[in-house]
Amino acid sequence: MSFVGLTRDEEQRMLKEIGVARFEELLAAIPQDVLLEHPPRIPGPLSEIELRRLLGTWSRENHAAELVSFQGGGIYDHWIPAAVDALASRSEFVTAYTPYQPEVAQGTLTAIFEFQSMMAELTGCEVANASMYDGATATVEAALLARRQTGRRRVVVAGMVHPHTVAVLRTYLDPGEVTQVQDMAGLAAPAALKAALGPDTACLIYQQPNFFGLIEDPAALHALAHDAGALAVAVCDPIALALLEPPGRTGADLVVGEAQCLGNPMSFGGPLLGYFAAKQSLLRGLPGRLVAETVDRQGRRGFVLTLQTREQHIRREKATSNICTNQGLMALRAAIHMGLLGRVGMREVAGLCVQKSHHAARLAAAIPGYALAFQAPFFREFVLRCPVEARGVVAAGLEFGVSPGINLGRFRPEWRDLLLVAVTELRDANEIDRWALALREAGGAR
Amino acid sequence: MTMPRRLLIEQGGAGHRGPALPACDVPQRPLAELFPGVALRADLVFPQVSEPEVVRHFTELSTLNHHVDRGFYPLGSCTMKYNPKIDEELAALAGFARAHPLAGDDATQGCLRAMAEVQRLLAEITGFAAVTTQPAAGAHGEMTGLLLMRAYHRSRGEGGQRRRVIVPDSAHGTNPASVSLVGYETVVIPSGLDATVDLEALAKVLDDRTAAVMLTVPNTVGLFEPRVLEVTRLAHAAGAQCYMDGANLNALVGRVRPGDLGFDVMHINVHKTFSTPHGGGGPGAGPVAVAQHLEPFLPTPVAVAQQDGRVRLDWERPQSIGRVHSFNGNFGVLLRALAYMLTLGPEGLAEVSRVAILNANYLMRRLAKSYDLPNPQHCMHEFVLSGRGLKKYGVKTLDVAKRLLDFGVHAPTVYFPLIVEEALMIEPTETETFDRLDHFASAMERIAAEAAGDAEMLHQAPHTTPVGRLDEARASRDPRLRWNVP
Repeated sequence: MSFVGLTRDEEQRMLKEIGVARFEELLAAIPQDVLLEHPPRIPGPLSEIELRRLLGTWSRENHAAELVSFQGGGIYDHWIPAAVDALASRSEFVTAYTPYQPEVAQGTLTAIFEFQSMMAELTGCEVANASMYDGATATVEAALLARRQTGRRRVVVAGMVHPHTVAVLRTYLDPGEVTQVQDMAGLAAPAALKAALGPDTACLIYQQPNFFGLIEDPAALHALAHDAGALAVAVCDPIALALLEPPGRTGADLVVGEAQCLGNPMSFGGPLLGYFAAKQSLLRGLPGRLVAETVDRQGRRGFVLTLQTREQHIRREKATSNICTNQGLMALRAAIHMGLLGRVGMREVAGLCVQKSHHAARLAAAIPGYALAFQAPFFREFVLRCPVEARGVVAAGLEFGVSPGINLGRFRPEWRDLLLVAVTELRDANEIDRWALALREAGGAR
Repeated sequence: MTMPRRLLIEQGGAGHRGPALPACDVPQRPLAELFPGVALRADLVFPQVSEPEVVRHFTELSTLNHHVDRGFYPLGSCTMKYNPKIDEELAALAGFARAHPLAGDDATQGCLRAMAEVQRLLAEITGFAAVTTQPAAGAHGEMTGLLLMRAYHRSRGEGGQRRRVIVPDSAHGTNPASVSLVGYETVVIPSGLDATVDLEALAKVLDDRTAAVMLTVPNTVGLFEPRVLEVTRLAHAAGAQCYMDGANLNALVGRVRPGDLGFDVMHINVHKTFSTPHGGGGPGAGPVAVAQHLEPFLPTPVAVAQQDGRVRLDWERPQSIGRVHSFNGNFGVLLRALAYMLTLGPEGLAEVSRVAILNANYLMRRLAKSYDLPNPQHCMHEFVLSGRGLKKYGVKTLDVAKRLLDFGVHAPTVYFPLIVEEALMIEPTETETFDRLDHFASAMERIAAEAAGDAEMLHQAPHTTPVGRLDEARASRDPRLRWNVP
């Protein structure tokens, strides 16, 4: 089965038109000894019936379907309204290519324009692009833009930016070009940051809320960066931005991050949705695609890809980035999601995340042996110090039908008794009670 | 009279809202108490529209798109083939869609099994030793491949010296852009008269400063590099690595393994060859396959199948280049590719490249009667025509592209590759039928005739699309990139 629709007779007519007797003559340029005698030994062919059985079995080997999730750490279990799936699975969107011919791609282009508009509003920036691969690569692109803009090489990262984001930064940049500054009680440490910033620093990168869920002081961090002549890069959760003062309005030059939480499933960590927003003055240095409003020859409103001279297919080795295919369908889902939730729903979701996570934190802190690891205000997510190793708490959750959180010991051995817990609007009081029972059980087993 | 099309922000208004959220069922505290000293935003200027109207908005937008399920989409180098529906269904299974990437290996054996299987099948199909599934798209894979080669040279003490990457002038723009990203320098070599690699030009620039040669096979003109074994041999003799841009793997799949051509590393665009949908600009996935000597440098973690049948993520890779993605790459996309490979099986794979090549050659020979064909050799899965013959009528390739839209088909890739004047790059793929190809050929022939008779009509094309030709110059002069709030 390869989805071809060609009969022997049609094939003969085609070969005749081409002017060859046999298909193999078309392969004359390929050296004989590299042509395979037999196709690669892969399994299959499988019918739909067999495929459904096989992948259905594998999907059930994941605990995901039946467990109630309190996991976060960059990927969150949020409500996805039914209309998001219904609309975003329309093949008009799914099976279209990048909108190279705008006259027959106004659907995709308009939706991206709306996505850009809403991301700009959330972040408080003048412009936002059409998407990046994920939050980590969006952060890398921000660092690279800052380097081009300032002519400086070094990047200062405030603790606690997500460890995976820092890891990806270290992959792209050379050793010595990334300075990570230790946190202070879970938050960015202003004095240590000030000491780390210097005349060689291109940008200061911080995360809001940070990896521990704690809320940083953006205005202070922006000022620190600017005092050193560096750009301020905020890596933000878009749902938190429905409540918090937008960083673009208090001086952030670039606001980037992960927007999986806007209408996209967790899907084992991909496909995700990186976003990239900036001050107007940085527009021509932006990576990725941009959609702009214009008119057609009759003066009707329409949308096109614009400023393509920044991009790889025009500028080649001098392009602002190598990105081509991005995460268009995820951006569409986010646009539909934000459109459905709207002004009221976005803030309600953010508000419920705050109330439910704080309720859960209060319950946990009352269980003997457990304590909040940090005292600063948090959004949706918090760190618990556990009386036993956190992986034991995670394992105990199974029995109660919950995934109680992320074992932070997987990141650093000294964090092995820390559990990172996320509570979204999806969790109800009963589920939170069940989660607290699991904690109690795990803690008592000491 | 139809209602004018409006943006979401121009619809509804105060008092309108979408689907409801549940009331808060836990004790609440005032935000000021929970967030002492935290600066909050005063308002969020967002759409206020009812669910039915949001549904109508995006449904109407969708009708403005051309897409594969509606008609022919011969974008060269993009491999716009049919995307099987079963693959969408399987990627959406709750056990996959709700899996969290930090849940731990024991809780995600199904995902890890799928990842390991994707790695195994892609390695088998491409003839390489190992595969990473982390890169999220082709260009991301290129960058990863370049980092792998850079790590290899550094491990041999040649990192400082080998900083040049040789790229033919027919290459995709992502190749030189990725080269710059890793701090290397691009050396462009001109193609030979037959549009393939000129061995003399290559030999002239190959030396002990060369880090790699990057080649697209078949190349962007749709030709298999007849001297590819010579190219990789020469490069290796000079101590360089060989990278294959796998954008055109659809021509080779099941028939030729890039690993057998002497390449050290390649990326695979699963959204092309392995039929995952393009989504209007992604998500794709760009797994990277490598030969044995590059395996130690692969990004962490790698899914490893154990003796006991379980799969674990291997983080202990001291020579690894590190992470290139927040988590495990575009896993949901890779699942679709896995389903596609399993549907095809060995014979189906070979049938893909066979019919892709057949379709392209048929279309090429038909169209060579009405358009210039700069390279008359048999092509692989795609071919490039030139619209230069229409210039005498004042008609450009752009006009041909726009006019095609009136016939319910998408335009080919235009003005690429750069080495062909007024280029029209056409890739039909294997899933198009004989009569679809004939319809496209007839439309192209009719446009060639129209050029001679009514050039002005072509300048005004398209005539039947939702909007006419759009003013791109105006868009870039003073870019309006977000909506005005009414």
